Amino acid sequence: MAQARISAGRSIAAHAVLITYTLIALFPVFVILINSFKSRKAIFAEPLALPTRETFDLIGYTTVLKQGDFFGYFQNSMIVTVASLFFVLLFGAMAAFALSEYRFRGNLLTGLYLALGIMIPIRLGTVAILELMVASGLVNTLMALILVYTAQGLPLAVFILSEFMKQVSDDLKNAGRVDGLSEYTIFFRLVLPLVRPAMATVAVFTMIPIWNDLWFPLILAPAESVKTITLGSQVFIGQFVTNWNAVLAALSLAILPVLVLYLIFSRQLIRGITAGAVK
Amino acid sequence: MSGRRQIRWHIAVFLAPAVLVYTAIMIVPLFGTLNLSLFNQTPERTTEFVGLSNFRTLFGDPRWSGAFWNALGNNAWFFVVHMLVQNPIGILLAALLSSPRLRMAAFYRTAIFIPTILSFVIVGFVWKLILSPIWGIAPGMLDVVGLKSLFAPWLGKEDYALTALALVSVWQFVGIPMMLIYAALLSIPDEVLEAAEMDGITGMSQFWKIKLPLILPSIGIISILTFVGNFNAFDLIYVAQGALAGPDFSTDILGTFLYRTFFGFQLQLGDPHMGATIATAMFGIILIGVCIYLFGIQTRLRRYQF
Repeated sequence: MAQARISAGRSIAAHAVLITYTLIALFPVFVILINSFKSRKAIFAEPLALPTRETFDLIGYTTVLKQGDFFGYFQNSMIVTVASLFFVLLFGAMAAFALSEYRFRGNLLTGLYLALGIMIPIRLGTVAILELMVASGLVNTLMALILVYTAQGLPLAVFILSEFMKQVSDDLKNAGRVDGLSEYTIFFRLVLPLVRPAMATVAVFTMIPIWNDLWFPLILAPAESVKTITLGSQVFIGQFVTNWNAVLAALSLAILPVLVLYLIFSRQLIRGITAGAVK
Repeated sequence: MSGRRQIRWHIAVFLAPAVLVYTAIMIVPLFGTLNLSLFNQTPERTTEFVGLSNFRTLFGDPRWSGAFWNALGNNAWFFVVHMLVQNPIGILLAALLSSPRLRMAAFYRTAIFIPTILSFVIVGFVWKLILSPIWGIAPGMLDVVGLKSLFAPWLGKEDYALTALALVSVWQFVGIPMMLIYAALLSIPDEVLEAAEMDGITGMSQFWKIKLPLILPSIGIISILTFVGNFNAFDLIYVAQGALAGPDFSTDILGTFLYRTFFGFQLQLGDPHMGATIATAMFGIILIGVCIYLFGIQTRLRRYQF
C-alpha cells in the first residue's frame, strides 16, 4: 500500500516536470501559430490571445502562397534530405562496422580521420567546394547539395554508430561466422537490425541541419528550380520584414514539413526500440 | 601465426564509400582553407607565402588579439552554460521518459524535441519577438505574476545578452542529449534492472548506482558533441544579433568573428587570409578539446556488452 502511494506520487511528479518542460518547449511555436491566423492589428494588440471571429484573418497565408512556388521548394528539400540521409546512413554504418568490428593496421587513425569532420564546420571549405562543383558542372543541381550533405553527415554518423556497434554482442557475430555467414551478411542481416534505434537517432540528427541549412543552397543551388524551402522562406522573410502577417505565416509553413518528416522517423525510432532489438 | 594472413577485402569495401566521399568533399576543400592562412595578398593583387605571420598578427596585434580573446571567452561561457543547463536537463528528462509505464511518453518526447527541428531563422525570430520590450510577450507575462520589475531587455544588455542567447540555444537543443540518453537507457537489459530490484535497489538509487554508470559513455559523447557544436556555433547569434554580435561585441563568438573577417561586413572588406587564420585557430582549439576527451576520458570509460 505504502509502496503504491510512493510510486503514484513519483509518477505525478514525473508528469509535472515533463508537462512544465513541454509547455516551455512549445510556447514559442504556439505564439507563432496563433498569431499567423490573426489580423495585423490583433497581433500587436494582444499577442497571446487566440484568434477570435473578429481577429481571424488569413491574409498572411494568401500573401505567402501567391508568392513563389512553395510546393516546388518543398519537393526539392524533400529530395535532398531523403537522398542525403540514405547515403549517410548506409555509408556511415558500413564504415562504423569496419572500425568497431575489425582489428587492422590504421584502424585508430582512420577513426580519428573520420572524426575530424565532427570538429570542423564544412563551411570553412566553401570556396573550394564551389570551385569543385563548378568544375564538375554540378552547380544548380540537387546532386551538389546531396554530395555536400552526405560528406557533412558522415563523421557524426560513423562516430555515434561505432559507439553503438561496440555494444553488439561478439558471441552473436561469432555464431554467425561459425554458421558460415559472410561478413557482408553478418553486417546487413545481424548487426544492422540490432542498431536500428541508433540509426533512427542518427537519422534525426542528420536530417535537421540538412533541412534547415541556408548556406549551401544559397551558394551552390540558388536557381529558382532547385531552391529549397528554407532558402525560399528566408528570401521571403527578407522581402517582407515589416509584413508580420506574411512572415508569421511563412514561418508556420516552414515548421510543418520538417515536423511531419520528424514524426515519420520518430515512429521508426519507437518501433526500433520497442521491437526490443538491442535487448 | 604461420604464413601471411590473407587480405581482408571486406574491410576496404566497408570503408571505401565513406572515406572517398568524405575526403573529396570535406577534407580536400578544408585543407584548401588551412592553406590559405599561410598566404597573404600583396598590394599587386597576387598572393605571397607568408608562413605563420598571419598568426603573429592574430595573437600579437592588439586590434586582432583583443577581438579574438573576447570571442574565445564568450565562447567558453556559451559552452559552460550548455554543460551546466542543457545536459543535466536532458539527462533528467530522458530518465523520466524512460521510466516504465509512463503514459504519454511519446507525446512528451516529440513535444520536447520540436524546438530542435526548427531552423535558426525561426528560433531567432520568435525569441526576439518574445523578449522584445516593444511587442512584449515576456514583460506582459511577468506583469501578470507581479514581477514586471524583473524584466529587462535582456538581448540588448551587454551583461545579459550572451547568457540569454545561450539559454535560447539550450532551449533549442536540449532534445539532442535527451534523445541520446533515452536511447542508451532503453538499451539497458531488463535483467540487469530486475536483478537490481531483487537486491532492493529501486527508484533514485537505481538511477545513480545502476543506470548512470551504464550510460556514462553516452554522457561522454554528448559532452564532446556539445563542445564541438558550441565552438562551431554561429547561426543563432547571426540571426538574433547580426554579424556584429551586438551589443558592443558582447555576444561575439568564434563563429561570428570568423564570418565577419572572412566575408566582411558593412565597411570592412572580407579578408580570406585572416579568416582562414581564425578558422585554423578554431580548428586547433577544437582539436585540443577532442584529444583531451579521446585520450584522457574516453579510454577510461568502461563499456559493457550485453
